[in-house]
Amino acid sequence: MSEIVPPEVRPKPVVPAKPSHVAPPSGAPFLPSPQGTGGEGRGSALLGYIGIDTIIEQMRKKTMKTGFDFNIMVVGQSGLGKSTLVNTLFKSQVSRRSASWSRDDKIPKTVEIKSVSHVIEEGGVKMKLTVVDTPGFGDQINNDNCWAPISKYINEQYEKFLKEEVNIARKKRIPDTRVHCCLYFISPTGHSLRQLDIEFMKNLSRVVNIIPVIAKSDTLTLEEKIEFKQKVRKELEVCGIECYPQKEFDEDTEDKSDNDKIRETMPFAVVGSDKEYQVNGKRVLGRKTAWGVVEVENPNHCEFSLLRDFMIRSHLQDLKEVTHNIQYETYRARRLNDNGGLHPINSSGHDTQESNL
Amino acid sequence: MRDLPRAGHTFPGSEMPMMDREPDGSTHTHTPGTATFTRPLSRSLEPELVRRGQLSSMGSLDSPMSPSRPKSPWGRFDPYDSAEDQDKEYVGFATLPNQVHRKSVKKGFAFTLMVAGESGLGKSTLVNSLFLTDLYKDRKMLNAEERISQTVEITKHTVSIEEKGVKLRLTIVDTPGFGDAVNNTECWRTVEDYIDQQFEQYFRDESGLNRKNIQDNRVHCCLYFISPFGHGLRPMDVEFMKTLHDKVNIVPVLAKADSLTPEEVRKIKMKICEEIERFDINIYQFPECDSDEDEEIKLQHQELKGSIPFAVIGSNVQVESQGRRFRARQYPWGVVEVENPEHSDFLKLRNMLVRTHMQDLKDVTRETHYENYRAQCIQNMTHMVVRERKRSLCNRGRDSASDLPVPLVPVDSDTERLIWEKDEELRRMQEVLERIQEQMRHGH
Repeated sequence: MSEIVPPEVRPKPVVPAKPSHVAPPSGAPFLPSPQGTGGEGRGSALLGYIGIDTIIEQMRKKTMKTGFDFNIMVVGQSGLGKSTLVNTLFKSQVSRRSASWSRDDKIPKTVEIKSVSHVIEEGGVKMKLTVVDTPGFGDQINNDNCWAPISKYINEQYEKFLKEEVNIARKKRIPDTRVHCCLYFISPTGHSLRQLDIEFMKNLSRVVNIIPVIAKSDTLTLEEKIEFKQKVRKELEVCGIECYPQKEFDEDTEDKSDNDKIRETMPFAVVGSDKEYQVNGKRVLGRKTAWGVVEVENPNHCEFSLLRDFMIRSHLQDLKEVTHNIQYETYRARRLNDNGGLHPINSSGHDTQESNL
Repeated sequence: MRDLPRAGHTFPGSEMPMMDREPDGSTHTHTPGTATFTRPLSRSLEPELVRRGQLSSMGSLDSPMSPSRPKSPWGRFDPYDSAEDQDKEYVGFATLPNQVHRKSVKKGFAFTLMVAGESGLGKSTLVNSLFLTDLYKDRKMLNAEERISQTVEITKHTVSIEEKGVKLRLTIVDTPGFGDAVNNTECWRTVEDYIDQQFEQYFRDESGLNRKNIQDNRVHCCLYFISPFGHGLRPMDVEFMKTLHDKVNIVPVLAKADSLTPEEVRKIKMKICEEIERFDINIYQFPECDSDEDEEIKLQHQELKGSIPFAVIGSNVQVESQGRRFRARQYPWGVVEVENPEHSDFLKLRNMLVRTHMQDLKDVTRETHYENYRAQCIQNMTHMVVRERKRSLCNRGRDSASDLPVPLVPVDSDTERLIWEKDEELRRMQEVLERIQEQMRHGH
């Protein structure tokens, strides 16, 4: 499915990889059934088989041909394993640095924004993945407003898209550089969120989809993990911060129950690694310490696989949709209201300074 | 601890070796700034002064089997016990160390340890593990909302620990709020002020009239916790250590080291050591081994030096495994033992802090850091006084300008200034002399 959804219709997102245990809505004839196999969807009022549901197949073919974009931003203090996690998520060296330890680790004086793009292919589907890194975030002594460059970057991408959209001669497929998902790395102190975390998320949760993760979580024992997560969730609630998946965008009960389950386990406590070790005869990704091997994909050890399934296998399209339909639309509405017209404005003007929505 | 005569005075009879692993108040004639290293008792004394009368009368009491004190827990041996010594004639003051030991043990020891670092690095757990106490029992953790307006505080917990008859009054100075705000500029100012305050108070007490019971609240050692999640030292770490490295002994500690693989630990230690050198930070240096120490001790010493910063793990939770109970952290993939030298440097840190270098830390604080502070203080005071005098001189000069013709004024003020300066010097020297005399009177 192309990422440009005509604004008048918002069909239920068709995700070929939706987990199969989800029961299909009972026979609504005008919605394509989420079941992957074409053919068995039944409308109660139809007397024969028309073949409407083959639209899934058609959409899938189209997607495979055009491929799609996905932009992910990673934010967190240096050393929390951001690049390693992204590499592990996409099982390739996609982050800004290759995962070797001896890299140029000079902490930049201000927050920089560096983005790297790769094209990944799997099962015939091409994805152009862009990873946006933010070195220097939270590393200085004085971190006031260190989220301002990030906010500016996100708004600039919206602006770019807006400009393309209001053009008279639009491109068939507007290149989408908007940030679809922001992974925010929380330091595993075991106590609670840091002040910087709260400030960042307060300022940016309405501009971009934030998914908080607990970095380097092999430092926490099971009890500490549970306690820490509870504390974090409580604090987010108290501060009124809504992370993705936002409660207000749940469409129906099915969505709600899925997302509720996810929200119960957020933030995900992850461990990243790109090295493989032999454990019980299998080769697994993990970290080898003097007292054991932390297996990255073992759900008893950490929640990396949960995060991956959530982000990539079930909610990838939803992330894009929410970005396009909600975050972007909010930005667009505000921009158009501010100027009372559609004239393209110089992007370095006042509007990129707004960081609060 | 008694303050005994300073450098430049070889107080006769005061030169004696220090006991192994045993803090006492004995003196040494080294110049300030050099730390002495403890030597085992088997060294013999270099008798400089024979205080015959005093010692021979106490000689009989000083055998290790003295009735007032049972055999010392460290198995101190009577220097006169060996067979060949039985028939020689001795004065008997080789037991002086025993006497000092007994006296100091009766007095008890005090040690002040400061822990600094961001919150969540396991400082309180480590302190509890190190001293096997529960100093932070009723700690209430603030949530982030409350902490937004928090500033750096200094909290003190004092606990008296007794082990095998030796009392230790341990004070832990904590710095909650350090490094937690969004803007952490000068968050170490509070810490610096606290340390200076303690020095100042000691300075005043020392210059006062009644010096019998001076309480030593000076910070003897500061454990600085470095986060294992970064790539070495952060800008704030560097700033903190640079501000405080000449006021307190800094021992860098790599916190929560169980999140790192052995390879990563090695690399980050190397990186930190290199950065410490690059930024010219003077962390606490272990005193050098004497050249005639045991090979084993030298080896240990080398190892100790090579493990800075100490990669530690703390835990007060006991885990049972393979029939034995030990303190550990239990993960789904394994159990990290706190006291296993292959898992962490906790043992090394504890031995260094408590068993081998506690006295040295106190000595360096007293001789180097405190002396620097004191010299600075006195210098500032005299500068202020001289400036005052100059200012009043200038004022007087200006006043008299209206009376006297102009060329006379500078000449007068110059010579007068010289006279005043000489006066000042004389006064200073007199003060020093007085103090020395007083010490000699009250000393030993």
